[in-house]
Amino acid sequence: MSDSSTAATTIDGRRAGAATLRWRLSALRGYPIVPIAIITITALVAIFADYIAPHNPEVGLLGQRFKPPVWQAGGIEGHLLGTDHLGRDVLSRLIFGARVSMIVGFMAVIVAGVIGTALGIVSGYLGGWVDQVIMRLTDTWLALPAITFAIFLAAIVGPSFMNIVVILGAVFWTRYARIIRGEVLSLKEREFVRLAIVANCTKLAIMRRHILPNVLNTAIVLATLQLGVVIIAEATLSFLGVGVPPPQPAWGLMLADGKKGMMAGYWWLTVMPGTCIALMVLSANLLGDWLRVKLDPQLRQL
Amino acid sequence: MSPAPLLELDGLTTHYVSARGTRVVPAVEDVSLRLDAGETLGIVGESGSGKTTLALTILRLLPPAARIIRGAIRFQGEDLVPKSDAEMRRIRGKRIAMILQDPMASLNPLFSVGEQVAEPIRIHEGADRRSAWTRARDLLKAVKISAPDTRVREYPHQLSGGMRQRIVGAIAISCGPRLLIADEPTTSLDVTIQAQYLNLLRELQRTHGLALIFITHNLGIVAKMCDRIAVMYAGRLVESGPVTTIFDAPAHPYTRALLESIPRMDDGNRRLTAIDGQPPDLAAPPPGCSFHPRCPDVMDRCRAEAPPAFAVAREQTARCWLAAPATVRS
Amino acid sequence: MKRFLVKRITYSVLSLFLLSAIIFFFVRVTGDPAVLLVEPGASQADIDAIREQLGLNRSLGVQYVTFMSDLLRGDFGKSFYYRSPVLDLYLSRLPNSFLLAGVAMLFSLVVGIPSGILAAVRLNGWWDRVGKIFALLGQSLPSFWVGLLLILFFSVHLGWLPSSGSGTIWHVLMPAVALGWVFAAYNMRLTRSSMLEVLGSEYVKLARLKGLPEALVIAKHAFKNALIPVLTLAGINLVIMVNVAIVVETVFAWPGVGRLAYEGIAFRDFPVVQATVVLGGAMIVVVNLLVDILYAVIDPRIRYER
Repeated sequence: MSDSSTAATTIDGRRAGAATLRWRLSALRGYPIVPIAIITITALVAIFADYIAPHNPEVGLLGQRFKPPVWQAGGIEGHLLGTDHLGRDVLSRLIFGARVSMIVGFMAVIVAGVIGTALGIVSGYLGGWVDQVIMRLTDTWLALPAITFAIFLAAIVGPSFMNIVVILGAVFWTRYARIIRGEVLSLKEREFVRLAIVANCTKLAIMRRHILPNVLNTAIVLATLQLGVVIIAEATLSFLGVGVPPPQPAWGLMLADGKKGMMAGYWWLTVMPGTCIALMVLSANLLGDWLRVKLDPQLRQL
Repeated sequence: MSPAPLLELDGLTTHYVSARGTRVVPAVEDVSLRLDAGETLGIVGESGSGKTTLALTILRLLPPAARIIRGAIRFQGEDLVPKSDAEMRRIRGKRIAMILQDPMASLNPLFSVGEQVAEPIRIHEGADRRSAWTRARDLLKAVKISAPDTRVREYPHQLSGGMRQRIVGAIAISCGPRLLIADEPTTSLDVTIQAQYLNLLRELQRTHGLALIFITHNLGIVAKMCDRIAVMYAGRLVESGPVTTIFDAPAHPYTRALLESIPRMDDGNRRLTAIDGQPPDLAAPPPGCSFHPRCPDVMDRCRAEAPPAFAVAREQTARCWLAAPATVRS
Repeated sequence: MKRFLVKRITYSVLSLFLLSAIIFFFVRVTGDPAVLLVEPGASQADIDAIREQLGLNRSLGVQYVTFMSDLLRGDFGKSFYYRSPVLDLYLSRLPNSFLLAGVAMLFSLVVGIPSGILAAVRLNGWWDRVGKIFALLGQSLPSFWVGLLLILFFSVHLGWLPSSGSGTIWHVLMPAVALGWVFAAYNMRLTRSSMLEVLGSEYVKLARLKGLPEALVIAKHAFKNALIPVLTLAGINLVIMVNVAIVVETVFAWPGVGRLAYEGIAFRDFPVVQATVVLGGAMIVVVNLLVDILYAVIDPRIRYER
């Protein structure tokens, strides 16, 4: 069957198709396909969870508690990865749990990035005592132990979806501030900034229109590098019981529940959610590393 | 019949090859020279001319990306090129020694200077700690370090730059080598210390009968210290011969330009002459003679063909078409 | 030297004040402190009483002064659950955390340093590639999951090791591995890059020029110098471990300050949570100060800078 998209006429249509495919694939070389694929798939799963999940993640049949995955003896059809201590389907909970990890992860990274970048720009550009104060604040904030500080904040404002996002943002913004400030310090000396000053632009305008776009690259790289850390932090908070509140499924929460069944040998309740977390974080880290090399070689020291 | 040379390089060629073999940088190309026992040879050139690579090639201490492509290194009659690593290790430090440029960086900050001087003695001659230590102390005396008994226990950061370079010198002569290679040993020293150090080197050379290869970009040092000179440009040896002959009558335009660029005290208000242009990118050298883009006497032939080395006078050779005998020139 | 010391210590003291100010801000300004600082299940009357007692109706400045003076006197409040001063609770648990962190640090150094050196010496070789994967995994696997997996395998499946509690060396093994795992990967990377830098240095070159056997060059000249950054950072990392151990201690029911913080959350014992943050942060500030002073003592150049 001839394929109209193939360029050359060939005796063996199949061979030309394979060659085109190989040529197209080679253009992808150098891109971290697997991490991007994993993240994209997880995102899609999170968005379409309602349609993909085979069961209701929040309701379970008590008669079907602690059923192992399908391939093990005792597994039930329809529950591919088994059930938990309340008879809820593990696979469905994993699928819905992806929502929490992805949304909280991305949003928290954005919140942290916005705060950190803003402070970095202001501190670097304005200099003087503003710089000193902000840097002092950043250094001290960095000394605060991350998870402990997060649960401290959670104890104060109470855990909810948005609260967790803001809390994680409040914990992780410091990583951005220093680095962005460094960038701004060198950007300050560049021609186009000086021209803007001569042209009587206000400080705010310069920071917004000239400095900000130029540090965006670095900020994005930092954000992807942070994503893994934030996801683990969210899982940790859920595990400790101060994450997104039940009945919303979260991978960390599943691990906490799974611990109860662990001593009896119900291994899938621990292995499955943890593997999801690990895959997500691994992909985020690989993507972050690749982006760092691609976009900003100067950050290699990170 | 002159006695066999101590060191003879024959068409030595070293290239840096990129990981996939795609980029080749000819760092040292077809270098031939000879050095007799007790002689001092000065190797002169701009940075990037290949002088350090040449020294490292002789010692077979090249980084993994570099390879000896061709040629022979005959030291005391033996060719060093095919020697194994283990064999070379017995030669380094014992029969051929080297001094590096930055004395602070050359000495390990965590060990005392005595320990570092004694080390090669213990390794090469199997001496025990005490006798090695005694010899280390004697060596410190030999390089004119005051209060050697206390100094021997001190650490590098406690000594001045000049003293550190002397320690490096002590390390070099510790096992009685026949050849000492000094790679810009005075460049990081104060001007006032430089002359002292050079005198020390000369004295050590005389006392121990060393042959000395002096790598430098400073023609003044060459004039003071060296018997012979070899000028390198873009990896090739463009001129070589006795110092007096070459300083009087340089045959290669590059050598001439180098000599002319030295400011003189008696010249009044003459402007300093510099050589136009930049040394070539060794990864993509110009065709023909690599100096031709900067040469004031360039001819058509120079642009097309790289000249071989021609004998200009007794023991003086130059790699230049201008030095070719009349019959060959056109 | 004195100038440097004074400057540096003032810096740290300022940080400590700032730290407590941040905590103070979050408690008094963003939450309703009366609710937090009262036992769970208290009546409205109790809440009002607390408000009076703690002077929460007075101005923020006055409140802060009282807060700070309490802290400086060592009064971090009383635990609702344990009914004893929080500071005493914290200090009694701290040695356990340091014990766990110590073993974990040992583990991370024993695993990290040799593999880092091997990776550097055989650059891009098989071991280097394994090392890179190990480093990636170290960053990506949450420590508490590693702990859970260890329990699953060694306690449940094999029955070799106890899954919780403390007391014998068998109790400390798994939590130490779970805690130290991330740091092992970090130490490996640090050792590798430090070793690479040292291997490219002039004194290593000179050592080779002396004709020393390669093994001696690496073991004697390169090794010690490469270790310097790793060991100095080990001090700071130890304290970081104590702070990060909260989850591992929870998983293994290890009686350290991390588990104390978890109890604070589980039992709604707010004074405990607050104290853990302040003291945890203070420890980091202090250890940073100590390490900087240590550096200054070792390397004279730092003292005279600025």
